[in-house]
Amino acid sequence: MEKTLQLLSGNEALALGAYHAGVQVASAYPGTPSTEILENLSRFKDIYAEWSTNEKVAMEVGMGAAYTGARAMVSMKMVGLNVAADPFMAASITGIIGGLVVITADDPQIHSSQNEQDNRHYARLAKVPMLEPSDSQDVYDLMGYAFEISEEFDTPVLFRTTTRIAHSKSVVDARKSRKVKNAQPAFLFNPQKYVMLPVNALPRHALVEKRMEKLAVYCETFPMNQIIWNKKKIGIVTSGVAYQYAREVFPEASFLKLGMTWPLPQKMIKDFAAKVEKLIVIEELDPFLQENIKAMGVKVTGKEFIPLVGELNTRIVTESSIGAGLVPESEKPQVLPPAEGLPKRPPLLCPGCPHTGIYYTLNTVGQRSKLLESKEPQEPKLIITGDIGCYTLGAYPPHNVLDTTACMGAGIGQALGMEKAGVKSKVVAVIGDSTFLHSGITGLVDAVYNDGHITILILDNHTTAMTGHQEHPGTGVSAQGKETQAVDIESLCRGIGVKDLKVINAFDLKALRAGLRDSIDREELSVVIVRGACAMQVRKREHPRKVDTEKCTQCGVCLKLGCPAIQTVDGKVYIEPTLCAGDICALCEQLCPVKAISA
Amino acid sequence: MNMKKMDVLITGVGGQGVVLASDIIGETAIAAGFDVKKTDTLGMAQRGGSVVSHVRMGEKVWSPLIKEGEVDLILAFEKLEAARWSHYLKSGAVVVINDYEQPPQSVSLGQEKYPTDKELVAALKRRTDKIYIIDGNKKVKELGNVRTLNIFMLGCFAAFAPMDDKFWQASITQRMPENIRDINLKAFALGRKEIESVRIGTH
Repeated sequence: MEKTLQLLSGNEALALGAYHAGVQVASAYPGTPSTEILENLSRFKDIYAEWSTNEKVAMEVGMGAAYTGARAMVSMKMVGLNVAADPFMAASITGIIGGLVVITADDPQIHSSQNEQDNRHYARLAKVPMLEPSDSQDVYDLMGYAFEISEEFDTPVLFRTTTRIAHSKSVVDARKSRKVKNAQPAFLFNPQKYVMLPVNALPRHALVEKRMEKLAVYCETFPMNQIIWNKKKIGIVTSGVAYQYAREVFPEASFLKLGMTWPLPQKMIKDFAAKVEKLIVIEELDPFLQENIKAMGVKVTGKEFIPLVGELNTRIVTESSIGAGLVPESEKPQVLPPAEGLPKRPPLLCPGCPHTGIYYTLNTVGQRSKLLESKEPQEPKLIITGDIGCYTLGAYPPHNVLDTTACMGAGIGQALGMEKAGVKSKVVAVIGDSTFLHSGITGLVDAVYNDGHITILILDNHTTAMTGHQEHPGTGVSAQGKETQAVDIESLCRGIGVKDLKVINAFDLKALRAGLRDSIDREELSVVIVRGACAMQVRKREHPRKVDTEKCTQCGVCLKLGCPAIQTVDGKVYIEPTLCAGDICALCEQLCPVKAISA
Repeated sequence: MNMKKMDVLITGVGGQGVVLASDIIGETAIAAGFDVKKTDTLGMAQRGGSVVSHVRMGEKVWSPLIKEGEVDLILAFEKLEAARWSHYLKSGAVVVINDYEQPPQSVSLGQEKYPTDKELVAALKRRTDKIYIIDGNKKVKELGNVRTLNIFMLGCFAAFAPMDDKFWQASITQRMPENIRDINLKAFALGRKEIESVRIGTH
């Protein structure tokens, strides 16, 4: 028997809730803070769980499964829904048969993302219901409703979490057990529903509008939209983790806590507003609730004092509310400033990282240090367009090798665009293996087709590293550990028509320098696959390197690798043996001009 | 210290086992009958960045994040990472520090300076004098497994925590695979013993 009280993260509670709700097909592409949902689900052997090539494919897999009456769940980070927006909109208009729940894990504060978009707007855009939990128990309980709402109203359900929900742990009472509603899924012929030719799509749009009307009635009595009555001087409408901060800051206020934030329960909100002296909304990011409540003709404030940018916390809610006269000045937190002058500790490439060698090479060949020294902005000798993954860390010192980072797969198209615009410098695109398969392939096809002269570096560490080592189509192992066909990146590039293709060992500095120089000097498009296993996946760490202090001249060249194991202690270079990756790497040994580094 | 609630920050560098240690604190507190919330703030990478876990226990916990100025105890696996969060301490709080220095990249590159012990202690002294410094790395090396540092630090923490020893034993036993269970239980006991000797020595 399972323990009833467990300490679960939002993602763990979500996976367990979906499993108990009878999910049969689950698909996802890894992305912080959503990754652990599919990782947890893939451990249940009585469901099908896959890492999809990207979020768009994941959505299509979920949609197909739901069309057969199975319960399906698709999970992604918020920017993943941009990739999956096309099939998401399609699933809204066709509707589904089996429940389809789409998880969007937003990242207020941009802990690990490229923007701070508020995906609640997608619910309104796609005209689908949206659920928002405020802790792990809410996550578990709302999952029970999500599939039922999806099936009852023939619609995908958007389930929105945030980093602070997904990655916080709280106590969960998970008493349900798994029930599968439709054990034998079947697809039934129904072109009016599934074939979105104009003649079918227009009547479906009318049905979508009817669906929203029915949901607007349903949400008025939805059990997870709750009123907590207290004193009636201040009434607070809130959802998600903002509810927790608001409860702590306003112990005497009354609350309307919304578990469903689209559509909004208009009657419930108006009744609540009528009974309190002052109505406020406390929400993270955009004024989504506030503006929609205003549109009902209700007087409400919120974003006039609650920040639009970054995640909230109790201090921010307290200070903002003092500013608005809602909390007495005496509550002002006596906050000290952070201690001054402490060195920062940003994330780094790991010791033994296969990206280190090529980044050192790009830095020196591209004369990147000159860019930082120059007072006026200038065009780099090598323009380097970047992408999304661990290798984005190459933007930090001492590498300083990235000129752009936008979104998954963007670097290749950006590189081609710069070349075609007519820049004088050579343009190099850097992308990882998982990201290349996610959305770099179409960029490469475009560059080959349109006669680009760019160089594309595919940094192949054989895993999706930054999100915690998930499998992908290039590894030949599925999310549930099954051996499958691995996509061969070399053959793929050759099939597209790449003529100049090199594969170089990521830990051979001489070969990296020679290979990079050869490729960038060519007129034609070139691809260099830099191959080396992710250091975190190599268990064998033998012979950590040591510095011979007699020979070392303190020239500092090895420090330019940016390896965390190579440190300066009391003015002398020192290699921390517990951090050094040893024989698998040895880049510092190759680099040392006086041969002071050895095993 | 109010035994009905406790707000703890566990701080360190990616790879030191901060997240696992904070999970075990949370699980132990649930077993002892507390409401618990915990949340980790990590940078983007797998290793090397600054890591902090917030663990809150009490009769009822709302926010998973602790407010600045309200932390009862900082358990720091690395010295600089104790000072970095000093503004979260409430006055009279407890700070337990592993006497270990991992210079950030900027220090190795000569761009920034690692603070002296005096500077680090001064940052903490803005709020409290109850600062305990323990050479955890040395102790677990003597024990024979440097990977047990996080459980050794939990042993130090347990001396201040409102949970009985039996709950700690149970949660560590449950979390640790059999092959490293005994050594971790030993590391826990060692941490508990070490902190007692330092406490007696200081106060």
